[in-house]
Amino acid sequence: MAKVKMAKKATSIDMTAMCDVAFLLLTFFILTATAKQPEPLPVDTPNSTNQTKLPDSDLATITIGQKGKVFFGVTGRDLRVSTLEMMAQKYNVTFSQEDKDKFALIENFGVPIENLKQVIDMKAADRNLENVQPGIPKDSLNNQLADWIQYARRAAIDNHNVELTIAIKGDAKEEYPEIKKVMDILQDQKVNSFNLVTGLRGKDF
Amino acid sequence: MAELNTGDGGGKKGSKKVRSKKLNSKVDLTAMVDLAFLLITFFMLTTSLSKPQSMDLSLPDKDEDPTKNKDVKVDENRTMTLLLGDNDQLKVYMGMLANPKMAPKDIAYGKAGLRAEILKRKKEVEQYTGDAKKGLIVIIKPSKKSNYKNLVDVLDEMAIDDVGTYAITDISPEEVKLLEGAAPATPQ
Repeated sequence: MAKVKMAKKATSIDMTAMCDVAFLLLTFFILTATAKQPEPLPVDTPNSTNQTKLPDSDLATITIGQKGKVFFGVTGRDLRVSTLEMMAQKYNVTFSQEDKDKFALIENFGVPIENLKQVIDMKAADRNLENVQPGIPKDSLNNQLADWIQYARRAAIDNHNVELTIAIKGDAKEEYPEIKKVMDILQDQKVNSFNLVTGLRGKDF
Repeated sequence: MAELNTGDGGGKKGSKKVRSKKLNSKVDLTAMVDLAFLLITFFMLTTSLSKPQSMDLSLPDKDEDPTKNKDVKVDENRTMTLLLGDNDQLKVYMGMLANPKMAPKDIAYGKAGLRAEILKRKKEVEQYTGDAKKGLIVIIKPSKKSNYKNLVDVLDEMAIDDVGTYAITDISPEEVKLLEGAAPATPQ
């Protein structure tokens, strides 16, 4: 009788299926990806059970955080550029074509218009550092936020013929008066309906 | 490779046929899988798959001030006022502050506190009016010290409990006093 030999087990596993799955997932993620933009003003939004999603286009986001700092952003490059043009005209600031192109890529910002050029010239990484952008002035003497909103709405109507959706993205810890100020600015423009950006939670909280 | 084979075959056992060596059809996929998973991880971490939720909020027109009940007379039996204070403090009373149907009391946010109270009152009011359309009216008064989370929590509660009529209004000085602790003891 021959010796009983232990059957040699193959050390290599068939990786084909695994590879297939991996690439399938990879393709899925690449196709659905919208790169997360670094935010200059990170906020922690409160949660709600609401399931309504924000629209993708024609949306202005007003971010409020860090003791009343207000940042503003519009979706859509064409809207950004035309809003900037109108603001430049009103505040007598000139922007070159290059500045406008760069501005079209900025998701949101929080500087007075006088300093906007410096921020546009910065590198994206520097721009998002803390304390670089002090927030948009919104007091009654220098209410640039109201103008931004106004012109962004006008730009949306001019370019896309729709009313701009306005979303307020507030930090959960932000005090109510700061939110109220922004709501008042909106209401002064007869924007009585807007969205509050929230996270998601279950009903059993 | 083929040359090597023929050379060897001739040397050892000359009669054997020259066979071309079977090429291994399996490619080692380990490295490829590694790479694929690396990329998957990267894309998963850098994408924001879920769009943020949003909550619709409609405020009344500013010029006409409906909160003071100038035009709209609201039955005091139907109104419930929520006072939002600092440190997640929440007070609730029914009716008017001077002569409340239910004296102001502290209540907690969430399921056991606010939701139970609202649902209870809602039922009572519907019984009182006998009309499902004339339900509870909630007046939300955030104080200066309350934070945004409190407001969203209360608004969310309105959505969960299906309170049709609610308004956000400014807080009155008496109510601020009440929140700060000088509670007038008015038993029901």
